[in-house]
Amino acid sequence: MLSFDYIRASGAGDAIAAGLRPQARYLGGGTNLVDLMRENIEQPRTLVDVSALSHEIAEQDDGSLLIGAAAKNTAVAENRLVRNRYPVLARAVLAGASAQIRNMATVGGNLLQRTRCYYFYDDAARCNKRTPGSGCDARDGFNRIHAILGASPACVATHPSDMCVALAALDAVVHVEGPDGTRRIPFAHFHRLPGEHPKQENVLAPAELITAVELPAASATAKSTYRKVRDRASYAFALVSVAGILEVQDGKLSLVRLALGGVAHKPWRAVKAEAVLLGGPANEAAFRAAADAELADAVPLRDNAFKVELAKRTLVAVLQELSA
Amino acid sequence: MHFTINGSDHDLELDVRTSLLDLLRDHLYLTGTKKGCNQGACGACTILVDGERINACLALAVQYQHRAITTIEGVGMSSRLDQLQTAFIEHDGFQCGYCTPGQICSAIGMAAEARRGLPSVLTADLCADVIDLNHDELRERMSGNLCRCGAYNGIIDAIRETFVEETV
Repeated sequence: MLSFDYIRASGAGDAIAAGLRPQARYLGGGTNLVDLMRENIEQPRTLVDVSALSHEIAEQDDGSLLIGAAAKNTAVAENRLVRNRYPVLARAVLAGASAQIRNMATVGGNLLQRTRCYYFYDDAARCNKRTPGSGCDARDGFNRIHAILGASPACVATHPSDMCVALAALDAVVHVEGPDGTRRIPFAHFHRLPGEHPKQENVLAPAELITAVELPAASATAKSTYRKVRDRASYAFALVSVAGILEVQDGKLSLVRLALGGVAHKPWRAVKAEAVLLGGPANEAAFRAAADAELADAVPLRDNAFKVELAKRTLVAVLQELSA
Repeated sequence: MHFTINGSDHDLELDVRTSLLDLLRDHLYLTGTKKGCNQGACGACTILVDGERINACLALAVQYQHRAITTIEGVGMSSRLDQLQTAFIEHDGFQCGYCTPGQICSAIGMAAEARRGLPSVLTADLCADVIDLNHDELRERMSGNLCRCGAYNGIIDAIRETFVEETV
């Protein structure tokens, strides 16, 4: 690990001032960043500790919920309003990592965590995300855990977060503050697909800091859940996961929001499946047709063709559970 | 830097790169906390900070100044074992013992989480006030601690006897 200057920020203003230093990185719980620094994959010259910034979880006047970026994963899953109104988020958080890591990891850091692609972590391998232009050893390597949707010739890595899959389904809004002021980024636009520049994983400008994540007011009658499929029953990254929010009125689906994890470079909002389902009946044929539509463009690699059917079946299972 | 560990204050000069785990083991000689994977995958380094369990290997020490840090040395001593440590012995909750300090600190943190009603991914009713710490719940909640000897059944029995049966 290279040495760095450590600055503990007491507010967003001084965090951003320090974040403007060359090769500065913001530090939350460190569960991903410290590990990557130890492997010399991340080499910040300044670490700006933002873990003392807002960790409040507070309901706003319009019924939305504002979660401070420094809130720990455990605090999010434990919050009464989250458990009551956003079970998809509580379940997604609890499906991720281990209890120890959830006690350390922050919401802001969760959005910014890097892929778990083996070749990204292995500095003897070629990786366009780690070293732009070097190539991708995953594309023709062991790629069982890699992307089936939205990948590019340059990168087939997946986003590892569970929480973010729920946030995508919830239409969350990311609040950021930077040298040029504040802005709000719809969750679907926060993360990027790899394209030709897989190192750029989100739309944040230099020194921009995530200050909070906002959850729009929840429908009191909608049901939601998160289902994660992985190689062991606990403490493993998703092969495929599904976040679903559903409401049925008079036998018709009046609200459908679906997102997939483990299949793409970003949390994958299943807009095609939603379009098939919205306003239609809640039955297995419709669910299957929606899943087929969403995965129609899937491009499997050598080892991960199983994910296509797995994603379809997991989507159908979640839809059945929520409409039962 | 200033640290409070097992009730004792420590002031020392430290490279900012030092992990909380290396601070404990290499600078303060509190070697009860173990280094397993050193990347947050095994849980051998689990300690308590303000009563919450964390992986000391992923923590930069500089972030944990002025917090109440508890290691296995603060849980019990060989002359006066904690109830959970005694239960680990009685239930064969280990073979080699390398993961045991982490298992014990983790279980103490786990019990506190359950007491305040924190659900797990297996908890059917997310809003339940009382958590039923059944076998599956305990295994899920302890999944961040690996035991390569495979003493899991003894570990679960020891935790169950200490934290679950006490309330029956």
